Amino acid sequence: MALWARQGSRWCGLLKAARAAEFPRSLRDRSSTAQACRGFAPLALPPSRNDVLLWRRQGYRHVSVGSCSPPDSAKDGSFSSESNLPSPVEQEQAKAETLPDLNAKILYEDWDDIPPSSALEEISEEEAVQIIAEPLLPLQSSTLRDYVDHSETLAKLVHLGVDLSQVEKRQKAGQLLLTLDFEKDIRKILLFLKDVGIEDNQLGPFLTKNPYILAEDLEALETRVAYLKSKKFGKAEIAQMVSRAPYLLLFSVERLDNRLGFFKNELGLSVKKTKDLVIRLPRLLTGKLEPVKENLQVCQIELGFQPNEIQQIMFRTPKILTASKKRLKQTFDYLHNIMGIPHHMLTRFPQVFNSKLLRIKERHMFLMFLGRAQYDPAQPSYISLDQLVSLPDEVFCTEIAKASMQDFEKFLKTL
Amino acid sequence: MAVPGGLFAVYKPAGVAWGRVRGAVETALLRELNAAPGRPPRQHVRFLPAPDGTTGLVAARVPVLADHPLVRGPRFRRLKIGAGHRLDTKASGVFVLGIGHGNKLLTHLYNCHLTKVYTVGGLFGKATDDFSDTGNLVEKTTFDHITREKLERIVAVIQGTNHKALLMYSNIDMKTQEAYELAVKGLIRPMGKSPPIITAIRCLQFALPEFQLEIHCLHETQQYLRKIVHEIGLELKSSAVCTQVRRIRDGVFTLDDALLRTQWNLQSIRNAIWDCQLKVKTELEKTLGHQDKSLLPKMAAEMAHAADG
Repeated sequence: MALWARQGSRWCGLLKAARAAEFPRSLRDRSSTAQACRGFAPLALPPSRNDVLLWRRQGYRHVSVGSCSPPDSAKDGSFSSESNLPSPVEQEQAKAETLPDLNAKILYEDWDDIPPSSALEEISEEEAVQIIAEPLLPLQSSTLRDYVDHSETLAKLVHLGVDLSQVEKRQKAGQLLLTLDFEKDIRKILLFLKDVGIEDNQLGPFLTKNPYILAEDLEALETRVAYLKSKKFGKAEIAQMVSRAPYLLLFSVERLDNRLGFFKNELGLSVKKTKDLVIRLPRLLTGKLEPVKENLQVCQIELGFQPNEIQQIMFRTPKILTASKKRLKQTFDYLHNIMGIPHHMLTRFPQVFNSKLLRIKERHMFLMFLGRAQYDPAQPSYISLDQLVSLPDEVFCTEIAKASMQDFEKFLKTL
Repeated sequence: MAVPGGLFAVYKPAGVAWGRVRGAVETALLRELNAAPGRPPRQHVRFLPAPDGTTGLVAARVPVLADHPLVRGPRFRRLKIGAGHRLDTKASGVFVLGIGHGNKLLTHLYNCHLTKVYTVGGLFGKATDDFSDTGNLVEKTTFDHITREKLERIVAVIQGTNHKALLMYSNIDMKTQEAYELAVKGLIRPMGKSPPIITAIRCLQFALPEFQLEIHCLHETQQYLRKIVHEIGLELKSSAVCTQVRRIRDGVFTLDDALLRTQWNLQSIRNAIWDCQLKVKTELEKTLGHQDKSLLPKMAAEMAHAADG
């Protein structure tokens, strides 16, 4: 506070009057001082090179300093309230003299050395540019918006395409970005990511998803890439994996190795196939392993697939491994128990598990209504499961259901 | 881009909670509203080094970075979407939603106590603990003795008893001119809280063991309608479960006004609000007009406001 008072604009009398009004209670209770100060303030308002006024301001400075150290000012207040001084100016002076505060003395000397500046004094252009007439930066804030105009690092990140509004929601990510320096810390990581093979326009989205990589040690990152290379992943494949699963490079080599081993063992795939699997869905490596285990159990025990069928399904649509098991069960229940599709058909078209249950239901009911729900390849007018779920509504209506879009919409409103 | 304001109806599919439906509409609207270009960023004056390399500074206006879309984040984060009379998870049909000023209209519409129309499917021969076909089976019965005439007789009895309740809860002396005038306009219905009342019920289809009813009612819940089906089964010395509850009209909103899942986008919702505006206005004036004259100007202003927004 004292510091602020020293640095603050020197000619703004009004501000000081406001400060005077904030005197500690002991001072205000005696009231005469506070009132005197308030009455005094407007006098100091028009800034001029008047010596008297300057001297008055000196007196004032001490008041503001005094107000920051309550015991002193309390003493001071009791003193001034008892003496019945004729002019407020003299009163201030008296107070200034009686202040026993060491700070105030230093300030007093400072004040004597530096020639006082005034609003009317001409200053050079260089100095004028230095003056920032904006409010001070908040010391703490819940958003990076307050800092982005003052931080070159943040400005450069925004121009790179990093969505700060997303990043600031992440735990500690905002603080991290504020402590980093673009030239010193960020540039090397960006160059490294470019070396790995991430496209220029992908850097922004990548850092939005994973800002924490900026605090990571460069050598550690290089070791992890080297590990992936040693596992015979090609350069383009590594680039694809890293850009699709931004957290991949935050995993230590041992953890990556463990996880690759996990998928190889759980699914019983060959090395080449495991590699193929994680290249297609690299988020398997960075996600949790518990849901994957659960999904495999659900498929085997509750849905009754054979191990080789599971292997086939998971290799073709690895997304099922990360799907919600509740949804998986509901979809299977509808497909198998209501539509009557056997396991081997589901193994042939595992992509039906990725589509919405509501969509399958609507289309199946419409086909039932039209009498076209025929999913057995051995019979004529066979409709494959892939056609059932993957086509857009218009194509489905005309090609598969052989009905108009209006009919389909009307039918949907009867469900 | 302005947020639309007003009332519209969507078609709620069965098996989805109404909150999810409202959430889906909100997400779809937010996506489109935020994709539209927003306000241009503010400008502030900065002194930049001269571009030609000479010493000295040049004043220039540059956009404030704090207003950059990547810093500011999406313009709309949530919309106020209110729901009319709810539909439970198993029920489907017309579901009224209100955005912005439509929320006030929803309150007025609630105060009108309009009737709703449902089609209710039933299946004889079974009884379950929650009256729907997916509940736990409680008993199995025979239903060969049921004929369409027997069913219609029961239906007529239900309508008769409910009519008496309707007159009782409408709080109007039947021997007055006022009652006559209201009856001419078709406005005799309870204007406060009342137990569920069926104003009309008829049998649409009868093919053993299935049947379908059309029920006009007010102050109902979907579970009450399922219970009605169950009781019809008991009255016919059999039992019945409810296979489907589907609302085909909610007050002034009919099945044709309802937007399907694929139509939940800004343009369709704007059009739907526009189309329904007049219907809602006339209905509000008709019902609330004779009650409280002082309410009307206020409501007209709200309607006009909703039309602008």
